[in-house]
Parts: sequence; structure tokens; C-alpha cells
Amino acid sequence: MAGPVAFFALFFAYPVSAIVGRGLHADGAWHFDRFGEVLGRSDIREVLWFTTWQALASTALTLLIALPGAYVFARLDFPGKRLLRAVVTVPFVLPTVVVGTAFLALLGRGGLLDELWGIRLDTTVWAILLAHVFFNYAVVVRTVGGLWSQLDPRQEEAARVLGAGRFAAWRRVTLPALVPSLAAAALMVFLFTFTSFGVVQILGGPAFSTLEVEIYRQTAEFLDLPTAAVLTLVQFLTVGAVLAVHAWTVRRRESALRLVDPARTARRPRGAVRWLLLGGVLTTVVVLLLVPLAVLVERSLDTPAGYGFGYYRELGTVDPSGGAFLVPPIDAVWNSLRYALAATAISVAVGGLAAAALTRRAGRLVRGFDALLMLPLGVSAVTVGFGFLITLDEPPLDLRSSWILVPLAQALVGVPFVVRTMLPVLRAVDERLREAAAVLGASPLRAWREVDLPLVRRALAVAAGFAFAVSLGEFGATVFIARPDNPTLPVAVARLLGRPGELNYGQAMALSTILMVACAAALLLLERIRTESTTEEF
Amino acid sequence: MNSQLRRAVRTVLVGAVGVCVLAACGGESKDKDPSGGASGSKTVTLVSHDSFAVSDAVLKEFTAQTGYTVKVLKSGDAGTALNKEILTKGSPQGDVFFGVDNTLLSRALDNDLFTPYEAKGLDQVARQVQLDAGKHRVTPVDTGDICVNYDKKFFADKKLAPPRTFADLAKPEYKNMLVVENAATSSPGLGFLLGSIGAYGESGWQGYWNKLKDNGVKVVDGWEQAYNEEFSGSAGGKKAKADRPLVVSYASSPPVEVLYSDPQPAEAPTGVATGTCFRQIEFAGLLTGAKNEAGGKALLDFLISKKFQEDMPLTMFVNPVVDDAKLPELFTRHGAVVEKPETVAADTIAKNREQWVRSWSSLVVK
Repeated sequence: MAGPVAFFALFFAYPVSAIVGRGLHADGAWHFDRFGEVLGRSDIREVLWFTTWQALASTALTLLIALPGAYVFARLDFPGKRLLRAVVTVPFVLPTVVVGTAFLALLGRGGLLDELWGIRLDTTVWAILLAHVFFNYAVVVRTVGGLWSQLDPRQEEAARVLGAGRFAAWRRVTLPALVPSLAAAALMVFLFTFTSFGVVQILGGPAFSTLEVEIYRQTAEFLDLPTAAVLTLVQFLTVGAVLAVHAWTVRRRESALRLVDPARTARRPRGAVRWLLLGGVLTTVVVLLLVPLAVLVERSLDTPAGYGFGYYRELGTVDPSGGAFLVPPIDAVWNSLRYALAATAISVAVGGLAAAALTRRAGRLVRGFDALLMLPLGVSAVTVGFGFLITLDEPPLDLRSSWILVPLAQALVGVPFVVRTMLPVLRAVDERLREAAAVLGASPLRAWREVDLPLVRRALAVAAGFAFAVSLGEFGATVFIARPDNPTLPVAVARLLGRPGELNYGQAMALSTILMVACAAALLLLERIRTESTTEEF
Repeated sequence: MNSQLRRAVRTVLVGAVGVCVLAACGGESKDKDPSGGASGSKTVTLVSHDSFAVSDAVLKEFTAQTGYTVKVLKSGDAGTALNKEILTKGSPQGDVFFGVDNTLLSRALDNDLFTPYEAKGLDQVARQVQLDAGKHRVTPVDTGDICVNYDKKFFADKKLAPPRTFADLAKPEYKNMLVVENAATSSPGLGFLLGSIGAYGESGWQGYWNKLKDNGVKVVDGWEQAYNEEFSGSAGGKKAKADRPLVVSYASSPPVEVLYSDPQPAEAPTGVATGTCFRQIEFAGLLTGAKNEAGGKALLDFLISKKFQEDMPLTMFVNPVVDDAKLPELFTRHGAVVEKPETVAADTIAKNREQWVRSWSSLVVK
């Protein structure tokens, strides 16, 4: 417990409060009257309104589209399932700069939809909503599907035997068990879309602005710290409120579940309804997730000399004139992997400890801590980045030019994922098992190792995968923290796109494709980690 | 928070975290010589924006001349990079800051970011770019012109003469052709807005933008999107089947289009409307509180040496400020000479910038 608390105090609470303090504290006094000033502005109110409704709409749409997917991935078995599960997670970790480009190609002028039906959606709110679904599809599929796959189908079968219809059985037995993870997924998606930055900037055009975009603008462009501080606090309070509600609903519903090995719950699809579901989900995945990704691949291969790997070969060479980098762009791949590994290690260590602590204890304080862990998701990267700059600048913590700063910033976003993924599963472990182990003389650590770990190993792998993937594609904090010339993949892509000429453009597309493949490969590796069949039957 | 309290908080927190977090960070240490520290340090750190670039050979030359190794920190886009330095004033991340331009200059000077230093060779630098000639807090390093670029092929096919001036852009024959960047988020966007203010004055620019709006100007957030996705003359735009033949970019964009094409065409696919330009001047300065002042001064001297000045056009696509620095052939062949760029005085920009951007946003974007 102390470890995670200290980690958050030092790398989150302290930098953020320092930067907010700069904005609201002047001449030895606090100026809370600035709240009224800022919130009284009509442009700010418009931003608040837009931020809220687009997040709600995006969340609803994502749940609607992704829930069938969660079912299919949890309960049906079909060839290529692992590959597909990795593939649907890829969008989640792509830098927005790349996704924006792909979506413009799809929805914009001369895009696929335009050619087929003459529909153009760029610079409309639909483009933003669709991109949000694209990004967050995996959140729902993995969070909900992860638990769903471990629910014992025989409970539902028992209900059927007792005369309940198929839907009633699902509604009475499975749905209540899924609610915590549903709430967790919905909350995640809401948080992501509420604090959406890149998507809104690229696809919405300048007419749409979210709170996050506004905070960035006020801080980075205008250096208007008071306004930025007020907006940061508003965002913070909103996110805090959402988290509080969430914590409360989850507590209402949490019950010990029977978890079983997911390998035994998935079946070959039988019956027309299931085949139809499977077909529908596959179509959705192809149209919504694969086509934009395919556009990227196509562009990376489309050289002036016809299709080929010219741009990829170019990545291995240094531009003789210095260009965007002093190193071959391909080096960015190794930088990214190194950072992502470090960030994953930190996230899993901190998040795992936190999740374990949270399942062990109850009480108001601990519950507060639970919600607290999620707060970094609701604070803009720019706020954290500036906070780092003004607080971590003296020994013993002069980390501003240290490479570890990047994984630390990425871990702030990774930890909540680890906690969210582990907690539902950990809490669902039947307490009596632990008690039995204790009665038989096992130390708490041993009991955890023998009882909890086998049951949560899979969740841990999924959590690690998420943390890894998030840091691989993380852009906001990384681009913000000054480093020597060793760019990560997303930063390299953004830099290449920032220079004219087809070689730069093509290399940006090639790097994006590499990033995509790297993510898919990492996620696929994690898919292979399976819990050994647990033989106990409780 | 006052510094004593800050120190106390930090000490407590560090104590609490102790080794546990730092041990979890893995024992990997990158071989990085700590910048600064002792005054005799052999490393000099240059903080800049993301667009900074220099040839490796030129950096090696500097090391051979002075014995200092340059470490480059890229710190975000121009505005962000500067604001970071302002926030960390007195405890800078490096020794020299490069990349503050005339639209942001007064913000840097008002915050006393720089220690005065008169660089060697300043007498070779054109007078009109020395905006701080009295005090030498900053040294001019390069200039660049933000201008409308046009797609040559599009206008040739249409048998229509491309626009040349600000006034042309509002004419009906160029309806729905222009894409510009958001002045609130992009430096070319701001430059183009300032150019129009230079051309039409503080009272007339809003009327001009109303006409542009009626003429179907499209606004996107950043240069990348405008140039690579919306502009039909660029390589990215061609792939994206872009349909806007006019874009706000730089006077140096056509030569760069040529440079990064394979094979290089005999003629640039894009041209520059030379009557639509705003001149940006970029400066560098010695950061107050620099750990390695001597190295920083040597680096400033080097930034206006012929060697560095002649390297810039092909790395950062900007023009030298030193009189005898030669432009590469690529630039003389494909680049545009801008005779009369628009300018707005730096202190006028400082006073009105935010107000202008706000009015522009409500006028054009909303």
C-alpha cells in the first residue's frame, strides 16, 4: 500500500498540485475567484458542453458496437481468434496522429465512403465518434470479455434447466456478474473520450474543442496558467465525481463469482443466432478497425516506383542533411520498446501492489485510494508534463533529463489499467479459499501465491499487455518531456509528418505500420500466455 | 508553494518512496554524461523546438573547433518549448535556447529569460533582423517566410493564373481553393494571420477575413494536416486525393518537395504566391542560470558562423541571416525570392496577439 501511495504522491499529486498552484496562487494568496471569471466565459462553457455530450455519445456507441464483440470473444471459439483479439487491440495504442490520417483517408474527401456513396464525414462530430469507437472497442472487448470468458456457463445452463428462457437466463445470471466489468469498461471509455485530445484536434477541425485541448492551448500556447489551472481542476472534479459514482455502483454489485478456465467456456458456434452474431462482429471489426489500418499499410507501400518496400529501406538510413533525426528512424523502434518495457514493469509492480492492497482491506480510506488511482487518466498530459518540469528539477530527484522520466509518465497511465483489470478478478476470488489456506498454515504471501495468483495470472498478463501497449503508443507525455535525440515511434511519426516531401510522408506511414505490427506482435505474445487448467472445483 | 515548503515536501516524499520505486525502475542506466555540473564541463546543451535539425558533420566541426560536445534537447513546438523555459526560469534544462521567433520574442524578453551576450560575427548579420540590437539578449539566427503555396499542375490544367497577393485570395475565381491553419494552434497559421494584419492594418483585417470566409477558406488545426491531407500539390496530398490547390506553408516548401522526391523532378510541383508572405525571424539566446556559460557563448558564436548558416537551408529549410552565406543550388533553382514580406512590430504583436487570435477564432472558426 505504501509503495503505490508514495509513487502517486511523488509523480502525480506533487507535480500536478505544483503547476495548479502556480496558476491559482499569487502574491501570497489563493485566487479562487478566478473560477467564476473563467467559467463565466461563453467560449469556455461551450467547450465544457461539447466535451460532456460527445463523451456520453461515444461511450454509448462504443458499448453498443463492442458488446456483441465481447460475447463472441468470450464464448465462441473460431479459427484465428487469438490473432483477431490482438488485432482489435492495436487501434487502442496507435498514436492519434496516425489514426487521424487513416480516418481522413476513410471518411474524408475522395475517401472510401466518398467513392462508394458520396458520404463525407470529416470535420463532423460523426468522425470523432467513430474514431472514439475505433480506439475504445478493445477496452470493452477485453475488460468485459475477459471476465465473461471466466464465468462458468453451467450456471446459466442450470437456470435454463430450471425453465428460464435463453434471454432471461442471461439477464438473471450472467448480466449481474458482468455489471462490475461493464461499469469499469464504460467508465474507462468515458474517461478516455472525455479527455480526448488528438482525435478531436485532427478529425474535428478547429470548430470542436474539448477541455483537454483547451487546457493544452491555454498552457502551452498562451501560458495562461490561471485559466489552465481552473480548467484542470474542473476536469479533475468531473473525473473524480464519475469515479466516485463508479466506485459506489461497483460496491453494490460485487459478489464472489465462480471463475473457471476460459479455455473451457468457449465453444464452436452452433445455431443460426450464434453464427449471425459471429458474422456481424467480424464484419464490424473489418469495416471499423481493419480498413483504416489497411489504408496505412497501403500508403506505406505505395512508392513512386510502384508498390514495394522502398520507404522501409529508407528507414534504416540517416538523412545526409540531418533531416528530422540524427539517427536512422528505425532506431525509434528500439527506443520505444525499451521505454515500454520499463513502463510495463513499473505499472505492473505499482498496480499489482495496489490491487492486492485494495482486495485485502476495506474501509473508507482504501476505497478513496481506489478512486484516486484512476485520477491520472483524467489529468491532461500537458499538466503532468509541466508539473514534472517545475518539480523534478533538483537533486535527489533531478529527473528532467533522465530517460526514466518517460516510462514514469507512461506508467501513470498504465497503473490504472493494471488495477482495473486485476481488481474485478481479484475481488471475485472467494475469500473462504484464502481462509482455508490460512487455516492450513500458509502465510499471507504463500496464500496469495497459491490461491490468488493462479486465478489472476491471466488478468495479470492482460494488464501487462495493456500497460505495454499504452506506453508503446503514448504520445502526449512523451512528446512533452524533453529528451536527448532518441525519439519514440509516435514522436518519430509526428516528426516525419511535420516535414514536406513524399519520402518523409512515406516513411511516416512505414513507421506507423511497424508500430502497428509491433503492437500486434506484443499483444499476440500475451494471448499465448494461458493459465494452466486449475483443477480445483469450488 | 515557496521553495522551503517545496523542499520539505520533496524530502518527505523521497523518504517515503525510498528505494522501492527507483529499484523497480530496473537497473538500466544509459551512458549519459551529466550536462553541466562543473563549470569546466565539455558538454553544452541546446534546447530547441522539434523542427531543429543540423548535419552531424557540422556538429563535429563545432566540437573540433571548441572542444565542446553539443547535446540537443527537442522540447515540443516553438511556443511550447519557449513556455517550458519560462516556467523553469532560473533552473534551465540547458545552456542555449534556439527557436524563439518575432511573434514570441517579447514574451521571452519580458520574462528575463536570457543573459545578454554579443556574439562574435554579429557585424555580418543584416541589421533589419537584429530586433534586440541595443541589449543583445538574443541573437538572430535565421529567417523564413510563411507564404501561400500553390499546386502548379492544378492551375496549368485549369488555364488559370495562380494568385499572387492577399487580395487575390479573396477573388471568386479562387473560391473553395485555400486551406489555412488555425492561428490559435499553429505557427504558420498565426504567421498568415499576422501577414494579413500587416497588409490590411489593425482596422481592416477582419473585413478581409470575412471575404476569405465567404470565398470558402478551410481551416484545419495544424500544418501537417493542411499540407499532407488537404493540399493537392504535396506528395501526401496527392495520395490523399486532396482537392485544395492553395495552402499556407513556407517559401522553402517547394525546394523541399523536390529534395524528398525520388527521383527528383526537374521542376518543383508547387509554387509560392510571393505577395502573401509574413517574415519569421528566429533567435537564440544564452539561458539565465546556464550551467555552462562559456560553452553556451561558444555555441551562439557558432550559430552565426558561415558553417552553420550554410547548413541550415537543407536541414531546417530556412534562410541564413549572415551576408556572405550562400544558398544551396536547390534553393536558388526552386525557391522563391520574397521581395516584400509583411511584418508587424514585435511589441505590437505582444500587446495584441491573444486578442487577435480570439477575434479571429470567433470570426472564422465558429
